[in-house]
Amino acid sequence: MVAFLIRRITQSVVVLLVMSILVFVGVFYIGNPIDILIAPDASPAEYARAVKELGLDKPLFEQYFIFLKGALQGNFGNSFVYNEPALKIILNRLPATLELAFTAMFMAVLIGIPLGMVAGIRHDHWIGRNIMRFSILGFSLPTFWVGLMLIIIFSVQLNWLPSGGRGETVELLGIPVSFLTWDGLSHLILPATNLALFKTSLAIRLSRAGVQENLQMDYVKFAKAKGLSNSRIIGLHIMKNIMIPVITVLGMEFGGLIAFAVVTETIFSWPGMGKLVIDSIGVLDRPIIVAYLLITVTMFIFINLIVDILYSILDPRVRLGDER
Amino acid sequence: MTHSKKESLFIQAVKEYCESRVAVIGLLCLLVIIILALLAPYISPQNPYDLMSIDIMDSKLSPGSTSYDESVTYYLGTDSQGRDMFSAILYGLRISLGVGVLSTVIALLIGSVIGLWAAYRGGRTDAFIMRAVDLQLSFPAILVALILLAILGKGIDKIILALVMVQWAYYARAIRSNVLVERDKEYVEAVKCLALPQRRIMFGHVLPNCTPELIVISTVKVAGAIALEATLSFLGLGMPITKPSLGLLISNGFKYLQSGYYWISVYPGVALLILIICINLAGDRLRDVLNPRLKR
Repeated sequence: MVAFLIRRITQSVVVLLVMSILVFVGVFYIGNPIDILIAPDASPAEYARAVKELGLDKPLFEQYFIFLKGALQGNFGNSFVYNEPALKIILNRLPATLELAFTAMFMAVLIGIPLGMVAGIRHDHWIGRNIMRFSILGFSLPTFWVGLMLIIIFSVQLNWLPSGGRGETVELLGIPVSFLTWDGLSHLILPATNLALFKTSLAIRLSRAGVQENLQMDYVKFAKAKGLSNSRIIGLHIMKNIMIPVITVLGMEFGGLIAFAVVTETIFSWPGMGKLVIDSIGVLDRPIIVAYLLITVTMFIFINLIVDILYSILDPRVRLGDER
Repeated sequence: MTHSKKESLFIQAVKEYCESRVAVIGLLCLLVIIILALLAPYISPQNPYDLMSIDIMDSKLSPGSTSYDESVTYYLGTDSQGRDMFSAILYGLRISLGVGVLSTVIALLIGSVIGLWAAYRGGRTDAFIMRAVDLQLSFPAILVALILLAILGKGIDKIILALVMVQWAYYARAIRSNVLVERDKEYVEAVKCLALPQRRIMFGHVLPNCTPELIVISTVKVAGAIALEATLSFLGLGMPITKPSLGLLISNGFKYLQSGYYWISVYPGVALLILIICINLAGDRLRDVLNPRLKR
C-alpha cells in the first residue's frame, strides 16, 4: 500500500512538473511579453532595462526555475490587465464557478436519476424511449448551442429569465452566493441548466442501466414475494442500490463540470474563472492564463489521485494490477 | 462463388441498414449536406468572402427580403456586413466538415500506429504509452484543447492539431486492445511460420484486422470533433475570422441576439444541429449493422 502510494504520488508530481514546463514554455516563451508591456517608441536602453527587470535576459531554464519557485508560493506574477496578483483574481472568481458547478451537479442528480429509473422500468414504453432520446441529444448537442437556445427561448422570446450576469449576491459564511435571493436565483437557473445537461444525460444512462440490472436480482424477487408494493421496491430498495455507483461516477466527473463551465460562463457572462480565462486569452494576459491552466490541471491531478487511492483501498486488485 | 457471397453480404447489410427509417433519412440528409458543402462555390447565390459581391447597404436584413437593388433574395437574411446567410452557412459547413473529418482521420492514423507500436513492443514502451493515454483521457477534451490553443493561438492548422491531440489517445487504446486479441489468433501463427518480418506481420496482417470497426466508430466521432471545433470557435479560440466555420458564424451573430436579429446566429446553429444529428443517426446505425460483436 505504501509503495503504491509513493509511486502514485510521484507520478502525479512528475505529471504536474511536465505540465508546468509545457505551459510555461508555451505561454511565456512563444511571443515576447515585452512588446505588450512597454511603449513602442521606447529607447533601446529602456528596452534593455525592462528585459533585465523581468529577468528575460536569463537562460530559459533559469527563468523556469524562478517561475516555478514563485508558483509554488502561489505567486504567478501580476495580471497585465488588472495589475493585481493573478492568483488573487482567480480565487476571487472561484466561488462563482463553484456555485454554478455545484448547482448543475445537484440538478443532474435530481432530474437525471428519477428520469433514468423511469426509463429503466418502462424501457418499452414511449416515455422510456423518449427519455433515452433526450439523453442521446444531451450527449451529442454542443453545450454552447443549447445555451443559445435557452437564451432565445427564455430570455428573448418569453422574457422570463435574465440572459446573463450573476445578479444579486448574499454573503454566506464570507462567500458570496446567489441562490438565496430571487434575483440571484433567476440568474443562476439558465446557466446551471445548460451546464447540467450533459451530466443529466449521463445520470439517466447510468441509472437506467442500474435499474435494469437490479430488477433481475434476487433481493427484488424476495421483496416481491414478501408482498411489498412496487413503488416501495423501486423507490426504496432499488433506489438505494443504484445511487452509490451513479453518485460515484458523477462525483468523478465534477472536474469536467469546472472545465466545461468555460463555455457556459462565456455564453451567460457568468463572472467565474472560465470567463476570466477566455477574456484573458483574448487580451494575452499571460499570468492569468498560466495560473488558470496550472490551477485547473492541479485540481484534476488531485481528483484523479484521490479517486485512485480510494479505489485501491476499496479494491486491492487496483494496486496489485499496477505492480505486474 | 466467393464473389456472389460477398455481394450478398453487402446487400444484406444494406437491407438491414434500411430497416431503420430514421437512419435512412439521416444518411440521405447527410449526403445532401456533404454535396451542398462540396459544391458551395457553385451553388451559393453569393461568395460571402468576396468584398465586391457584398453590400453594407444590405446588412441585417430579415429572412426573405431582397437586396436594395432587388437583384438577390436573401432567404435566410443577412449578417451585420450584408453577407447572405445562406451562402455563409454553405461555406461554413464546408469548413466545419473538412476540419472534423480531417482531424478524425489524422487522429485515427496516429492513434493506430502508436497503439500498434505499444502492443508490438510491450514492456516499458507499452506501459509508458498507455500511462500517457490514460492520463490524457482523464482530462476532459475541452481542457486539453483549451491548453493547446491558449499556447498555440488561432489558426486552421492549430485547431486541427488540437483536435488530433484530443482524439488520438482514444484510438491508440482501442487499437492496442484489439491487437492484443488478434495477436494470438491462428492466422498470425500461420504468417509467423512464413518467417515474415515482424513489421510486415503487424502492419500487413494484424492492423487490417483491427481497424474496420474503428473506422465505423470514427464516423460518429466526427460529429464530436465538429461540435468541439464549433465550441472552440464560438469561444474565439479556434478558427481565424477569414475562415468562418459554423461555430464562428454563430459567435458573430451572438452579439445581435438580444437586439432581435436572431437569424444571424440561429440559422448557422440549425445547420450545425442538423449536421451533428445526421452524422449520429447514420453512424450509430452503421455501427450496429457492421459490428458483428453487437449483433449477438
